[in-house]
Amino acid sequence: MERRPVAVIECPEEIPCNPCETACPHGAIRVGKPITRRPELDLAKCTGCGLCVAACPGLAIFLVKEEGDTAEVTFPYEFLSLPRVGDVVTAVNRDGEPLGAAPVVAVRQVRTSDGTWLITLAVPRSLADEVRGMRRLNR
Amino acid sequence: MAGAEVTDIAVVGGGPAGLSAALAARQTGAEVVVVDENSAPGGQLRKQIHKFFGSKEHHAGQRGFRIAEELAAACRDRGVELWTDALAYGIFDHTLGIVRRGTAFTLTARAIVLATGASENALAFPGWTLPGVMGAGAAQTFINLHRVLPGRRVLMVGAGNVGLIVSYQLLQAGAEVLGVVEAAPRIGGYAVHAAKIRRAGVPIWTRHTVLRADGRGQLEEVTIAALDENGRPIPGSERAFAVDMLCLAVGLTPLTELAWQAGCRFEYSALLGGHVPLHSEDMETTVPGLFVAGDVAGVEEASTALEEGRLAGLAAAAYAGHGSPALEKEKAAARERLLALRSGPFGSGRRHAYEEIVRGWLRWSGAR
Repeated sequence: MERRPVAVIECPEEIPCNPCETACPHGAIRVGKPITRRPELDLAKCTGCGLCVAACPGLAIFLVKEEGDTAEVTFPYEFLSLPRVGDVVTAVNRDGEPLGAAPVVAVRQVRTSDGTWLITLAVPRSLADEVRGMRRLNR
Repeated sequence: MAGAEVTDIAVVGGGPAGLSAALAARQTGAEVVVVDENSAPGGQLRKQIHKFFGSKEHHAGQRGFRIAEELAAACRDRGVELWTDALAYGIFDHTLGIVRRGTAFTLTARAIVLATGASENALAFPGWTLPGVMGAGAAQTFINLHRVLPGRRVLMVGAGNVGLIVSYQLLQAGAEVLGVVEAAPRIGGYAVHAAKIRRAGVPIWTRHTVLRADGRGQLEEVTIAALDENGRPIPGSERAFAVDMLCLAVGLTPLTELAWQAGCRFEYSALLGGHVPLHSEDMETTVPGLFVAGDVAGVEEASTALEEGRLAGLAAAAYAGHGSPALEKEKAAARERLLALRSGPFGSGRRHAYEEIVRGWLRWSGAR
């Protein structure tokens, strides 16, 4: 795996939707016609900028960066209150089940956000394909 | 406003279909009035705080309420008259009966577009009338329009897109969603919408139903049960949840009163939500000069409502004497986009249902 984040698209159904393709400034995502085609990612063109992560109406795109024993997983987040960089939060899998404590390494918005935050957690590399969110904060 | 108003095109309903119809008709030079019973235009878009699916032409990636703002602003810029707080209570040939802010008057138009939308279905079970049991759309109105959280611990019934999206938005509003109950063996909505709430820790129980709701004066407890292959509750599978809110997201029915009153012919389509007025490829009903667009023409999505609105607005303008070759081309393009929206595993069923309605119109038209 390369040492930059790349998009991981979890869009399993043929639904009429293509903002990921429109959002990508590098032409790395292709939906084409008809609009119900599933997106295809050209890994070589993906820079991990995260514009597609915030643009996806299904919140179905993530960024994963793997390096050494650790991985950074970025996911879209739309709940208050927000975590801060340095906080330790509970990472969760696709079923919302806890996978352990993980430090927040980035909290940011991008041009396509309109309110959607991108949260990046540092996790053990073995969990790179498991962590897809965090437990909501009650504060 | 006097007792009898006159215009080229009257549009009933200022949601995505109605505003889109108004803009399309206005662009031909026709005079257009939109009549909407709510205090602001936009219809259901106003409470959709999530980003929309679709393509750029359908404002994909934009949040619904922003689409409402954009459409309404475009209408104002281009000289479409938007009458809010105006209730169209009846239709008499090409004349609408309207009550607005305590005054009754009529609006006569060369062509009328009905874009009245749909209403939520209910589900009857013991305790369903308790306060705290409500439509998912009603809950969405509370949280996203009025900024009121009507309950803190919630169960959702229905795992279609509405149930999944409103569950997510209830979480955003600070409620605890204990789970989604779905009678069907599979989740009906998009997998990505389901994934969003599962990630947030909300379980989805397929093949389950609500048995009863209990509480003294208001909802306190809901009992659910698993269903066998024949759809019957399995004894011993009952589970009770202490909740103060139960949301029902069990489908929508087209709001067709005006179309019935106008004398439109209908066909029943379970897939499109109930009785739907027969209409042509131009969205014209069996009453000449009366067009339909959006959920009233069959319950679908906001993106299809926008395209149907465009089509109906253009066709209504042509009917009112504002036709042109360019307009015909635009109608064809809108039809093309509708076809694309109705493709794929989620869309093809709706495409067949829609084609059935058009075939019904053609049979009627041929027999005339």
